[in-house]
Amino acid sequence: MSAAAASPPAIAAPGGIASALRRPGTLTIWRWELRKLIAQKRTYLGLAIGMVFPLLFVVAQHLRHHHGHEGGNIFFAQITQSGLATPVLTLIFEGAFFLPLAVVLVAGDIVATEDGNGTLKTILTRSVDRGQVFAAKTLAALTYAAVVVFVSAIVATIAGVASWGFNHVTTFSGSVVPPGEALLLVLAANACYLIPIAAVVSIGVLLSTVTHNSAAAVVGTLAVTLVLALIPVIPGLEGAKPYLLTTEYNSWQGLLRTPTDWGPILHSLWVCALYAVPCLAGAYLVFLRRDVAGG
Amino acid sequence: MTEDAVSGEQAPPVRARGLVKRYDEVLAVDHVDLNVRAGDVYGFLGPNGAGKTTTLRMALGLITPSEGSVELFGRDPLRQGARALEGVAGFVEAPRFYPYLSARKNLELLAALDGGGARERIGEVLEIVELTPRAAHRVGGYSHGMKQRLGIAAALLRRPRLLILDEPATGLDPGGMRDMRLLIRRLAGEGITVLLSSHQLPEVQELCDRVAIVDSGRVVYEGALADLRRQGGAGYRLRTTDDTRALGVLGEQTGIEHAAAGEHGLGFQAEEPAVGALSLALAHAGVGILALTPELATLEDLFFRLTEGDAADGSADGSVDATPAQTAARDAVQVG
Repeated sequence: MSAAAASPPAIAAPGGIASALRRPGTLTIWRWELRKLIAQKRTYLGLAIGMVFPLLFVVAQHLRHHHGHEGGNIFFAQITQSGLATPVLTLIFEGAFFLPLAVVLVAGDIVATEDGNGTLKTILTRSVDRGQVFAAKTLAALTYAAVVVFVSAIVATIAGVASWGFNHVTTFSGSVVPPGEALLLVLAANACYLIPIAAVVSIGVLLSTVTHNSAAAVVGTLAVTLVLALIPVIPGLEGAKPYLLTTEYNSWQGLLRTPTDWGPILHSLWVCALYAVPCLAGAYLVFLRRDVAGG
Repeated sequence: MTEDAVSGEQAPPVRARGLVKRYDEVLAVDHVDLNVRAGDVYGFLGPNGAGKTTTLRMALGLITPSEGSVELFGRDPLRQGARALEGVAGFVEAPRFYPYLSARKNLELLAALDGGGARERIGEVLEIVELTPRAAHRVGGYSHGMKQRLGIAAALLRRPRLLILDEPATGLDPGGMRDMRLLIRRLAGEGITVLLSSHQLPEVQELCDRVAIVDSGRVVYEGALADLRRQGGAGYRLRTTDDTRALGVLGEQTGIEHAAAGEHGLGFQAEEPAVGALSLALAHAGVGILALTPELATLEDLFFRLTEGDAADGSADGSVDATPAQTAARDAVQVG
């Protein structure tokens, strides 16, 4: 610094220049949230879960097929006839636990880790409002969730098609759809699956904001989803099933019926909103008002 | 600065009134008033745990005061958010960065959050803090001193009119501390108002023109450093042709206090008019003056008198046991 101090460029702004700066938008912050995610190892752990599960599933089906077992699900029955049955089956199995786990690794971390490292105070003393930072972080967690879900679906589709071909499939209601349409249905099913996943992300963001601790937020969110999954098993609480977030993990299956059954999807929209909206609203208020004293 | 003076001028860089921060039973900040004027290098001085960092956090809107208010250039960070921080930069406690990103990427991110032309200044600010050769390295591998310098660079990206620095030289080696002081002096020379929190007295004595001294969450002095030193212990050192007779004269003069013979002549405390009368009295008594030099109390003397003396008598105001420095402090606070 001393050498630079000897022949310095001017640093100070004449009064008023700083106030003339154009304030950045939420999308700018969101892009940087994504860049931060790209630079962190944790991000790839969740992605790896989403990629490895379909591959393990395909390998398992190869082994299973050799042993001559058959499953009860209509897509199980046709797994060796069309590779497009694979992404449907992986979404059923992965969707109940592994994909929520993968997305929550980031959602539970996204506020807490910055709090712990003290970088929250670094970004909150720039020209952005707390509300913008919160919105960008939530958007980034949702973006990551969408990427994980679709990467998983793409890996499952490629592995399935490579193993068993790009052929027509039979839907839950028994009608046969050509492979191109089946592929679109697979993509649409994954898009519908994002509805409950968004609610899971919202719980993760809430716990990340409230606990200041990413491990607690990740484990807490998974614990909440497990409890929700167990409630219908308890005698007397079966009636709660249609209102549980975990039930909505399978609402996309309405797309794979002929004619398309929109009922479960519309139902999942409002049920998931019942979870997501209060969580995000609570997290937002806590984030706006909290003392940032970490680091 | 009086209230009326403030209202007639452009809003001051920092103006805090009655700031209080309570954590359960602990009173971390106890009715703190601060007046940082444009162009000040303002030392915020106090022992560790005195409430300096908590006060700065409230100033930057990071934590909510339990009572009171703070304004930066007349804007309240709590109510106006980022808008209140326009023209303001700095860090509280150690500056923090994303360890997995390089220094340049960190600055790019912060420049994006600043908007305007901040991004174009990245090369320039890296040059100023001499981090250009290491700019591509991850911050996770940086030493403490490098992170402090990067903190300054990040602050300069915003072309601040007010720079808030919390213990910027902490953990630096002597060379790093010297460089930090040079940089702060240079920034102040360019017209940036600096609010510098520190517990390093030589640093404050060298850099600051006005100070607030806090202890146990309370401001025990706020005002010009020179006033504090003058009022808090203005002393004189006297060498004469006959010290024994001179000591006798000192004892007879009104307005001369604490006269005593020391290793390097005589020492006493007095106001200036009494010193003028003394020199005449000495001449009248046939005592020649070899040297008569004012000796201002060091900041260290005053700091310990204010903070430790305060702890001893339990109250900064109204105590009959108040030291001369505390009395001066009260006067200065009242006029400040």
